Amino acid sequence: MELLALFWSFVQIGLFSIGGGYAAMPLIQSQAVDIHHWLTMTQFADIMTISEMTPGPIAINSATFVGMQVAGILGSVVATVGCVLPSCIIVLTLAWAYYRFRGLSLIQGMLAGLRPAVIAMIASAGFSLIILSVYGQRTLPADLLQVHIIPALIFVIALAVLRIKKPDPIAVMASCGLAGVILLSIF
Amino acid sequence: MEHSQTPHKDTAHSKEDGLYLTLFTSTFKISACTFGGGFVIIPLLRKKFVDELHWIEEDEMLDLTAIAQSSPGAIAVNASIVIGYHVAGIPGALISILGTVLPPLIIISVISRFYAVFRDNAYVSMAMEGMLAGVAAVITDVVWNMGSDVVRTKNPVRIVMLILSFIAVRYLKLNIILLILLCGTIGAAETVMRQRAEKERGW
Repeated sequence: MELLALFWSFVQIGLFSIGGGYAAMPLIQSQAVDIHHWLTMTQFADIMTISEMTPGPIAINSATFVGMQVAGILGSVVATVGCVLPSCIIVLTLAWAYYRFRGLSLIQGMLAGLRPAVIAMIASAGFSLIILSVYGQRTLPADLLQVHIIPALIFVIALAVLRIKKPDPIAVMASCGLAGVILLSIF
Repeated sequence: MEHSQTPHKDTAHSKEDGLYLTLFTSTFKISACTFGGGFVIIPLLRKKFVDELHWIEEDEMLDLTAIAQSSPGAIAVNASIVIGYHVAGIPGALISILGTVLPPLIIISVISRFYAVFRDNAYVSMAMEGMLAGVAAVITDVVWNMGSDVVRTKNPVRIVMLILSFIAVRYLKLNIILLILLCGTIGAAETVMRQRAEKERGW
């Protein structure tokens, strides 16, 4: 039963993560953390972190990770297949329609309309990660000044560097990991 | 320039030995070396399939990219499906999905197996804490870029949708699948109305 739930969850993640990249993130949080409690918020944050450091799409990485936690190798294969299945059907249908009709303007128009919602969802999931990182808990504390100084400092500096110098995110992530080890072991 | 009406499944390549193998190894290698998701993988696929192998025409690649980006799911997977299909039909699509999905599947399975042990290590935990701050910064940067693109369109409907969607997801805890369906419908309706208005102005 758990396998079926896993499969169905990742079919939904695959079907509704529109706009690529981080669009899957809020859906994974909703399915794996909030609805099914397969992951804690910390594990979710970890898989987002690992995804950023390893090759492959976030959705596939998460499918493998969640599947493995729930039902071992078989779970990771089932979740991955579920995640890829909607893409398969829809891409092939669109490709077929493209060779047939050579026009995608309505779909592209719809996507442009969907974009603000996708950005808002990514922003919301990103906000959850910032709170977890800076306050060490899922929700904002009553006293907003109770920040964990070191992650907050790393966050601010990393963001400033990303905005100003536009480096490779992998390099930023690696530096942040190193800064974490050095600063947290000293203080 | 003449377009082919169907994917190249009946052309000479499918008879070449090792077409499937090349498709598999190409997508496998590209997927294994691609950090940072879909927008990075498309230029690499282009370099391989358009510039090196000459299996796809330059302007067809643009359309295939549009299909990959218009479909739900990971862009890297979608791009592989559409390229595999173009090169060798449905079997080609299945093979390139396999090539694309296997590297992350293998890597994350291994990491996942050792995750519990790793996570209890004090230094790993410190590195994860630092990297979490980094991920938060990377995502903030992405949202900043995408959000300012929307603001720059000066389309009031989109800006209001951005703000309302954020409030709906964050504070009203609206189901995000419902939100996508709702906004997709609004987006489609807006497009149809705008196209109709443009057509009328044209007459």
